[in-house]
Amino acid sequence: MPVEGWLYGLLGLMILGSLITLEMKDVLGSIVAVGIVGLLLALCFLLLQAPDLAVVQFIYEIPSVIILVMAFAGREKDAPEQKRNLLSPVLAGIVLLPLLVVGYFALRELPSFGGPLLRVAARYLARGAGETGAVNLVTAILLDYRVYDTLGEATVIFAGILGAITIIRKVGRKG
Amino acid sequence: MEREEGMTLIVKTITRFTVWLILLYGFYLIMHGHLTPGGGFAGGLVIGLSFIHLTLAYGRDFVRRRVKVELMHALEATGSLVFLLLGLVGLVTSGVFFLNFLGHGEPFTLFSAGYIPLLNLVIGLKVGAGLYLAFYYLADYRPGEGK
Amino acid sequence: MGLYFMSFILFAVGLYGVLVKKDLVKIIIGLTIMGYGVNLFLILIGYRREGLYPILEKGRAAAAMVDPLPQAMVLTAIVVELAVLALLVSLAVRLYEKYRTHDITKIRRLKG
Repeated sequence: MPVEGWLYGLLGLMILGSLITLEMKDVLGSIVAVGIVGLLLALCFLLLQAPDLAVVQFIYEIPSVIILVMAFAGREKDAPEQKRNLLSPVLAGIVLLPLLVVGYFALRELPSFGGPLLRVAARYLARGAGETGAVNLVTAILLDYRVYDTLGEATVIFAGILGAITIIRKVGRKG
Repeated sequence: MEREEGMTLIVKTITRFTVWLILLYGFYLIMHGHLTPGGGFAGGLVIGLSFIHLTLAYGRDFVRRRVKVELMHALEATGSLVFLLLGLVGLVTSGVFFLNFLGHGEPFTLFSAGYIPLLNLVIGLKVGAGLYLAFYYLADYRPGEGK
Repeated sequence: MGLYFMSFILFAVGLYGVLVKKDLVKIIIGLTIMGYGVNLFLILIGYRREGLYPILEKGRAAAAMVDPLPQAMVLTAIVVELAVLALLVSLAVRLYEKYRTHDITKIRRLKG
């Protein structure tokens, strides 16, 4: 079966899984379901010939599920969705349906699946190994051609973790 | 409470072997980042996960006595600083920010690609220490009890 | 084209979770699903038919490879999502401590 068939199947499963995640009443169940959607995404990355990303997505999924379970799993079942009012899904539908329609017309303008533009990446593919000496071209782009973006990313991760630590710290520093 | 003491004896015995293997795998992913899929981010997360594995198996207080949290803070800050300094070296010597100043070497070997292995190592330390710190401070909370 | 639209539907499911749900946990999960949808869309754009992964090997010449540029950007995006998730979860834990509920309508009504 060509890769598109597999991708349609996996994407259908992911959409179904995310709907189940959002509608489930049990917190632990919905966290496990979002973990499963993430693992299906790692499979999609593997089929799309992106092994770096499959590894990173798989390894990101595990601490994400751990953090969510640690913070939310033992709460009392106070069931916040008591009244199912009809107004907010209707309003959300009013927002989302034009978004989907505009998205459909916009996505038709893109190059078809399987024929990317490769204006900049053609040069990276052709001369990446020679200019940087690295064989893994994704690493060569991340750490040689576009290393300024990686500096920005390292700073954002640092600031995010620092913010999380500051908010959740029980005792401040002494002195 | 029983919860602080970690898991059963079987889990603790197996953790004694697997935590080193996980750490080794993390370093492998970091150091071979320019040859195989992986890189600094994946390897750093795996290193953080090895510490989380240790904490989950042995209990919070046991690990907190042995792995000092100031060391983790220092590793994370040092990682960011060394990353920036490696860029500034290029700026100071030849006017180009983030110049690849080490030699290229032979392709397909470990010591190739200039300073990319160094950058991978620094990023790996930073991300791993950051993940462990976020987990460390989050582990104080149980949603059932509260303040 | 159908694949692009399906990943957009995944993004819209996450957006529905953020807009409609009253539970903080569901809102965080909706944000995560939106992130998945966007990352998948970027990698779908870069796929070349009969392309191979962008890592050179000894036996293989520089064959037709998929686009490595969106892969580098998405790798960045995935790890930044982890830091953002840590921040969101710490905010949610603090809110739960103060208001004893995860329901955002009740959090609005209680005064400090």
